Amino acid sequence: MRFADTLQFASGSLRGSPTRTLLMMLAMSIGVAAVVVLTALGEGARRYVVDQFASLGTNLVIVLPGRTETAGIGPGMLLGQIPREITLDDASAILDSPAVKRIAPLTVGSASLSRGALNREVVVLGSTSDLLEVRHMSLGLGRFLPPGDIRESASVCVLGSQMKRELFGNEQAIGQWVRLGERRFRVIGVLSPQGESMGFNTDEIVIVPVASAHQLFNTSGLFRVLVEARSRDSIEQAKRDAEQIMFQRHGGEKDVTVITQDAVLATFDRILTALTMAVGGIAAISLAVAGVLIMNVMLIAVAQRVKEIGLLKALGAPGKQIRGLFFAEAALLSGIGSLAGLALGYAGSTAIALMYPSLPVSPPWWAVLAAFGTALGTGILFSVWPARRAAKLDPVAALAGR
Amino acid sequence: MIELQKVCRTFTVGDQQVAALRDVDLRVDTGEYISIMGPSGSGKSTMLNMLGLLDRPSSGTYLLDGGDVTALNDEQQARVRREKIGFVFQSFHLVPRLTAAQNVELPMILAGIPSEERKSRVQVLMQNYGLSDRADHKPDQLSGGQRQRVAIARATVMNPTVLLADEPTGNLDRNTGWEVLKLLEGLLEKGISLVVVTHDAEIGARAHRQIHMLDGRILSDESAR
Repeated sequence: MRFADTLQFASGSLRGSPTRTLLMMLAMSIGVAAVVVLTALGEGARRYVVDQFASLGTNLVIVLPGRTETAGIGPGMLLGQIPREITLDDASAILDSPAVKRIAPLTVGSASLSRGALNREVVVLGSTSDLLEVRHMSLGLGRFLPPGDIRESASVCVLGSQMKRELFGNEQAIGQWVRLGERRFRVIGVLSPQGESMGFNTDEIVIVPVASAHQLFNTSGLFRVLVEARSRDSIEQAKRDAEQIMFQRHGGEKDVTVITQDAVLATFDRILTALTMAVGGIAAISLAVAGVLIMNVMLIAVAQRVKEIGLLKALGAPGKQIRGLFFAEAALLSGIGSLAGLALGYAGSTAIALMYPSLPVSPPWWAVLAAFGTALGTGILFSVWPARRAAKLDPVAALAGR
Repeated sequence: MIELQKVCRTFTVGDQQVAALRDVDLRVDTGEYISIMGPSGSGKSTMLNMLGLLDRPSSGTYLLDGGDVTALNDEQQARVRREKIGFVFQSFHLVPRLTAAQNVELPMILAGIPSEERKSRVQVLMQNYGLSDRADHKPDQLSGGQRQRVAIARATVMNPTVLLADEPTGNLDRNTGWEVLKLLEGLLEKGISLVVVTHDAEIGARAHRQIHMLDGRILSDESAR
């Protein structure tokens, strides 16, 4: 029997009972669509997080004071001990590593920002000119902090876009003076609006030279040193060098923590990929259910078409051919069903993408392939038994309808 | 040429062994017209199924054109059925979702014959059997006589050497029955062997050789000629 004829015969018998066929295909396509949509959501969440990290800067190594400190307050602080602080000289020394492209020391504090009668509390970032590049910020107006010796203070500041709006409205801000705590600063630049990323709103900050911030808050330590490695491959090298340099400068004591953004990112990536696969797997269960449904329907089809099977045998179809016909039927059923499911799934994820534009929803190729493969596979697998049953029918009994 | 040697067929019903055929010897030459008659349960249908390779003997040998077909596997037996044997049934056994032409085409599809050849052979047969204007009708749009003519066309489309008919007129009125029978008898001219199972003595009497069966044995085997 020719392949085209097999397909045609199988599709003919599917068309013979259209309601049953349509319901089967619906079950199959819902299963496939569920896998596609759910994995698209999971993948969207993963890409959202990855994008958020990328917006913080690329190839970043972060040096923080304290061995155990990871999130601002370490156990040492609670016990009244203060880990040895990272100084500006320490930060500059990290630049000696060949793997390091540039650094941006960071001091954070809060102060009251005022202009005339307007006054509010604000987060003050003390840093250097390289922060703009390291942290992937973008400048809306004016200039960023001037380059030069990082130990030199200057009474200049860069405003977050919302600070500018609140203090100046539509007025010209560049060149104007504002008061930060006890000191006066001249506005030299305004950041362009960037919104929140990783819980930190750059629109509501004021950036001043790190030395000025130290004077303002009367400290000498750094909150963090952002280190940008030369390339993705030199991240590990930069991390090791930074640890080594700090180790030497701090008298052989490992009292700083160096983390790479990559490590954090990779963890998130792993977690979210696992989540996506878990969700996809759960959806795949519905495919197994659809497979059982196909088996049920094929068994009914065999029972209903006993006479036809007997006739085919009498006309000279060997068991193998009859099995092939039922396989073809199951393959068509699940094939068309899963194609419809893919279409449905893509339509669904497109609809979600339209509703939540910030979430990059798109089904990953492996999930699409897996869904299609699983659907086709279960369809054919679950038709093995009915097809064998049909092939083994005794022709005499089958012709008599028994 | 068909030869049955000491063929037995026993069925197990519950815990009892029921013999449908007991040591049957039969020889059918090419071009013979045979009727098999007998009351129900006499084994005539089992005999026909045996001749058509739908059933396997419990013991004994079946030689078809000199070759032992009892030893063949499922695929080889299917091939013999496809190429040498045609069936005509009492209840027609047409596939309801296929048109008359498609039903006639079916054996050729199973045999893997190319589409163009199938179409032309179907067309010729439909014309010969006066079914040309019914080619695209589904079986439920055809009369009983037309249905049996479609079935005969299907049985002969592969040019078999043996045509086995099981009560071919059983579901038809008298006149239509005669027409169908004449159609079957016309095939004898082409050198086909025709075996008709019936319990109608009048129909059975038309055959050149009449076999009467009882309790799984051949009671009498008379040739009219």
